[in-house]
Amino acid sequence: MIDKAVRFYHSGLFDWFVQRVTALLMTAYLIFMLIYLFINPDLSYGQWEALNKSLGMRAFTFLTMIAMLSHAWIGNWCVLTDYVTERLIGPKANFIRNSIRFGMAILTFAYIAWAINILWRF
Amino acid sequence: MLTVSIYRYNPEIDQEPYMQDFEFDAQGKDLMVLDVLEKLKVEDPTLVFRRSCREGVCGSDGVNISGKNGLACITPISDAVRGNKLVIRPLPGLPVIRDLVIDMAQFYAQYEKIQPYMINDSAPPKIERLQSPEERSKLDGLYECILCACCSTACPSFWWNPEKFIGPSGLLQAYRFLADSRDTGTEERLSNLDDPFSVFRCHGIMNCVQVCPKGLNPTKAIGHIRKMLISSPA
Repeated sequence: MIDKAVRFYHSGLFDWFVQRVTALLMTAYLIFMLIYLFINPDLSYGQWEALNKSLGMRAFTFLTMIAMLSHAWIGNWCVLTDYVTERLIGPKANFIRNSIRFGMAILTFAYIAWAINILWRF
Repeated sequence: MLTVSIYRYNPEIDQEPYMQDFEFDAQGKDLMVLDVLEKLKVEDPTLVFRRSCREGVCGSDGVNISGKNGLACITPISDAVRGNKLVIRPLPGLPVIRDLVIDMAQFYAQYEKIQPYMINDSAPPKIERLQSPEERSKLDGLYECILCACCSTACPSFWWNPEKFIGPSGLLQAYRFLADSRDTGTEERLSNLDDPFSVFRCHGIMNCVQVCPKGLNPTKAIGHIRKMLISSPA
């Protein structure tokens, strides 16, 4: 089972699968928000706070945030391995690409920490 | 008179490539682009291009015609001329050897990777390995590929990663063998394709479908390979 999971992670299928699942989750969140705003045209701060304070909504928002960051991480990897390669920009490409990836990793963790801070501080 | 602008590059003489304009009189005929090239070659014998069967079967004369890849021999000038100008360049993304002739080694290396031959270790029957008409029909739309490279050289994923991404042509051929009821190498074939680049660099933009001179659909074949990878037990 673990062997299969490890192989799945290193396959192209994993990234492809994650991109689709995360896209569905983000779409669901967007549709939910649009419908909520549509059926509550005179939304008060109290209503908005009550919605976002509920455990279910916090979990939904946090999962969507993780989905968006995963989606962006994989998408960025695709873009970087297309355009920031030795073939296209020369021998410095690997250093530049890995530096951008490192920067993105820090940014991603910062966003996760920020999201936790926003969602659970009130 | 038609202006024919052709990409010229002879590495033994030229510092860099350039476009050369020729004036051409088609005499009111809707010639094929290859006919135009042949006539211009009489005028300028240094012009170099590949051609063989001149009827869309051999796949030798794939070139970029007014911005779209295609076979010169079956593309009429009425389809390719824009504003009384015909622009002919080599297929993009692969190294140019001279004028319209490209080095297709990278393209063939990807083709070789997909093992473009039947894998079946069982003892051959006395006459032949039979297929039902239904099994045979699964190869329609796949076996017709003539390896002209119009699709792969129209694919940005192949331009950026020609050494890692198989490309639409190779993947169409890969599925041709995966779909063959006589082939028993399915698991081996799939495991060779299951990395982040070989198949999954295809983002489904369908340039390949748009340019294929045989009207084939590599994107659909790639979708089938993905489905097989998802349901593969390995």
